Amino acid sequence: MIYKQKTNLMSTKTKFILIAVILISTIGLAFTVSLRKSIEKEYIVITPVKKDSAASVAAFKQVYKVLMSPRCLNCHPKGDIPLQGDNSVVHSMQPKRGKDGKGLYAMKCSNCHQAENSPGLHTPPGNPEWHLPPADMKMVFEGKTAHELAKQLVNPELNGHKDLQKLIAHADDGLVKAGWNPGKGRTVPPLTHAQFKKAWITWLQTGAYAPAK
Amino acid sequence: MIQLTVNGKTEKLDVSPEMPLLWAIRDTLGLTGTKFGCGVAQCGACVVHLDGEAVRSCVTKMSRAEGKNVVTIEGLSENNDHPAQKAWQEIDVPQCGYCHSGQIMSAAVLLRENPNPSDQDIDDAMAGNICRCGTYPRIRKAIHLASEMQGKSRT
Repeated sequence: MIYKQKTNLMSTKTKFILIAVILISTIGLAFTVSLRKSIEKEYIVITPVKKDSAASVAAFKQVYKVLMSPRCLNCHPKGDIPLQGDNSVVHSMQPKRGKDGKGLYAMKCSNCHQAENSPGLHTPPGNPEWHLPPADMKMVFEGKTAHELAKQLVNPELNGHKDLQKLIAHADDGLVKAGWNPGKGRTVPPLTHAQFKKAWITWLQTGAYAPAK
Repeated sequence: MIQLTVNGKTEKLDVSPEMPLLWAIRDTLGLTGTKFGCGVAQCGACVVHLDGEAVRSCVTKMSRAEGKNVVTIEGLSENNDHPAQKAWQEIDVPQCGYCHSGQIMSAAVLLRENPNPSDQDIDDAMAGNICRCGTYPRIRKAIHLASEMQGKSRT
């Protein structure tokens, strides 16, 4: 009888502990979900395959070399006129960005830049999507440190509203890939496209860490 | 056969899709108002309208022009009376004249998209059209005059 009573008492205590654990877990989970949602509004939620700041920073250093090469940099200028050539000088004729990044009036990019490279040395390179970033999202590369550029690339307010999946997909964007087919008289980026894509995805999937300032 | 519309007329041309539009316009159709300048989209002498845009016909292949609407200087207006053409005559803009069909075709796009252009707008639109005689001040003056003429004709 005494034994039975004791068993019942133990059972009530266990139930109390169990309920408390469930309650605390539920509150904790709800808080985490709510916090995560509020973070999602401001930043891209990088769900790394495996967080690794050292690997991430090392990968970005490779990525940065490509992004700062003339093939990428020239169309991500500080000003509203693209750059050109391996020495990244201001584009001859000074075509302006325009609202949509596709030029102005008689000076629209595709008036000279065709769907493919024009034949000959230093003739206009081409791509069906030739353009600069738009006026309301300039996505400047020129003059940015590796730290600044890494931060910019994962900020949807500065990266063209791209989430992680869109960032990964951007490595295969037609205009990005055109950097490796620049036409005669222009050097290609320092990594192959495959190496760049691998470094880009590694950087993102290991946590998209920015190199130190 | 490549079919396109040139100055309102449907044309079927037995030419290579790789041929520059300028070749077809000048050599196949005999419309010599459009000029060959540099051949690499650097000077603007060959500007024509392709579906309304001021493309450089020396680097625009026939494959791009297929099925589209091309307007050359000969087809810009019925009686050479586009406001830009009238203003060019009024101001007496050309010296040698070689670049001016391209200049006028570019100016026409500017005036369509911005009927009251500022000096800066004119510079932004016309910076790709080179004039070795240096008639730039008169080009700017003529575009302002064309803008006025265009405004009056609309009221």
